[in-house]
Amino acid sequence: MVEREPTEIREHYVLTSADYEKGLKEGKLLGLRCKDCKQTTCPPMIVCQRCGSKELEKTELSGEGELMTFTVIRIPPEGYEAPYIVCLVKTKEGPWIIGRLDYDTEKMSQKLLGKKVRVKGVYAHVDKYSGGEHVCPVFEILQ
Amino acid sequence: MRDVAIIGMGHTKFGKAEKTQIELFAEAAMQAMEDAGVDRKQIEALFMGSVLPMFEEGQGMTSAYSVSELGLGSIPSTRFEGACASSTIALRDAYMWVGSGQYDIVLAGGTERALIMGTPFATRTFAMGGHAATEGPAGLTFPGVFAMTAVLYSRFYDIPLEKLREKMAYVSIKNHKHGALNPLAQWYQKYGNLKVEEVLNSRMIADPLTLLDCCPFSDGAAAVVICAADIARRYTDEPVYILGTGQGSGGALARLEDFTKPASRISSARMAFKSAGLSPKDIDVLELHDCFTSAEIIALECMGFFDWGEAADATEDGQTDLGGKIPTNMSGGLIGKGHPIGATGASQACMIVEQMRGAAPKGNQVDPVPEIGMTDTLGGDFGTLGHIILGRSRRSK
Repeated sequence: MVEREPTEIREHYVLTSADYEKGLKEGKLLGLRCKDCKQTTCPPMIVCQRCGSKELEKTELSGEGELMTFTVIRIPPEGYEAPYIVCLVKTKEGPWIIGRLDYDTEKMSQKLLGKKVRVKGVYAHVDKYSGGEHVCPVFEILQ
Repeated sequence: MRDVAIIGMGHTKFGKAEKTQIELFAEAAMQAMEDAGVDRKQIEALFMGSVLPMFEEGQGMTSAYSVSELGLGSIPSTRFEGACASSTIALRDAYMWVGSGQYDIVLAGGTERALIMGTPFATRTFAMGGHAATEGPAGLTFPGVFAMTAVLYSRFYDIPLEKLREKMAYVSIKNHKHGALNPLAQWYQKYGNLKVEEVLNSRMIADPLTLLDCCPFSDGAAAVVICAADIARRYTDEPVYILGTGQGSGGALARLEDFTKPASRISSARMAFKSAGLSPKDIDVLELHDCFTSAEIIALECMGFFDWGEAADATEDGQTDLGGKIPTNMSGGLIGKGHPIGATGASQACMIVEQMRGAAPKGNQVDPVPEIGMTDTLGGDFGTLGHIILGRSRRSK
């Protein structure tokens, strides 16, 4: 029998979701830049979210973007306190990301759509089912 | 692939159940086997959708225990989980296994018992169908997903949100009207004559969706007996043939970007049309995943029944009701009939079979009896999509 080298263990992740959340807590919006298509992936994945390439490097996004859509959650899941605003933001670098918006829930209006927003902090949540604490970005509207 | 047919169906009344979800499924499955006239010894495998049984009743492996409950011996059983699309992907796999020649006669369907969880815990467990790491801390709920869908739709097609809400209200009015006529529906004989104002002014759940824009939490089960088309007429004079199927997968909501046009639904619907050799103009009746009013509008567009941005107007215009271009959710849909998530896809297939037998309740039956029908089932925030095209005639002779 031909002798073979033991199977090599190869790790592919450049940035995990834990790294991403740690960055958020330190005030950084981290993502990946694709060496092939030059586009940005955020939050991180094992491949480029645009082209599927594995050739990725860590990058820091500006944390700024455009408010694309939002809702005021009035009936929350168990363990959450309503009302609160969930929103989707198109980052300057391209990817859309989900987070909360720091704004008066009773003053929310469609007129805020398209406004420039910026990551101002994090919202943390943990319950019996969440696999530990997780954070998402909290955005503020830039005047 | 050889041709495959549905030869029997069973469906519990949706709403609040006192039975366990295994008992619910056994009721639906027993009805389906009796409807088909097959003996329990002829069933070779079970394919079953079941989403949250561990949270609802502390019960795993609902498929295996359903086999035992029904006295089906030791036949193979598999539980499918694709959130609210679970039983559609169960039916699709059942179709594949029979089509491949591995089995001749199988049972497929689904079950759920969500009401026992109560709204806060049900909302928490349903949200597990979203992307937990990113959408969990944000506190996104499913009404929230389709509220944000409505906001995006309003923005992209330049329809003022208040106008769009009125158009969306017609989805609720139509589906409640038909649900009120369906004895199997959770809202049978209720909400059958809603007005736009009642929808707009009911309790706000996730702005801009009100309670009447939403489907309810439900208990229920549905099942079908699926068999090789060559032997279908031994059991029934009215086999309904599976002409094509599709399935698709999607990622976290933010990655979809414009989620009024989720790629998972578009590719799944196209796969179904391609495998059936048909197009939207061939479909006579449609059961689609109206978990929320805005969900029905975008689904109609993704499947190609209306052009982008046109389904809201078409709905207000009656194009999705009886006599319109494509009668949609004549059973009441999820909004009027209820949405026991693990059972919904199988329920949709049952409602199409009922239409094809001409046996739908008066006021819901498409006339003339439809030749070709389609189901559309959505799991999570576009994470799992499934489509099934059914016909009264075989694809190949």
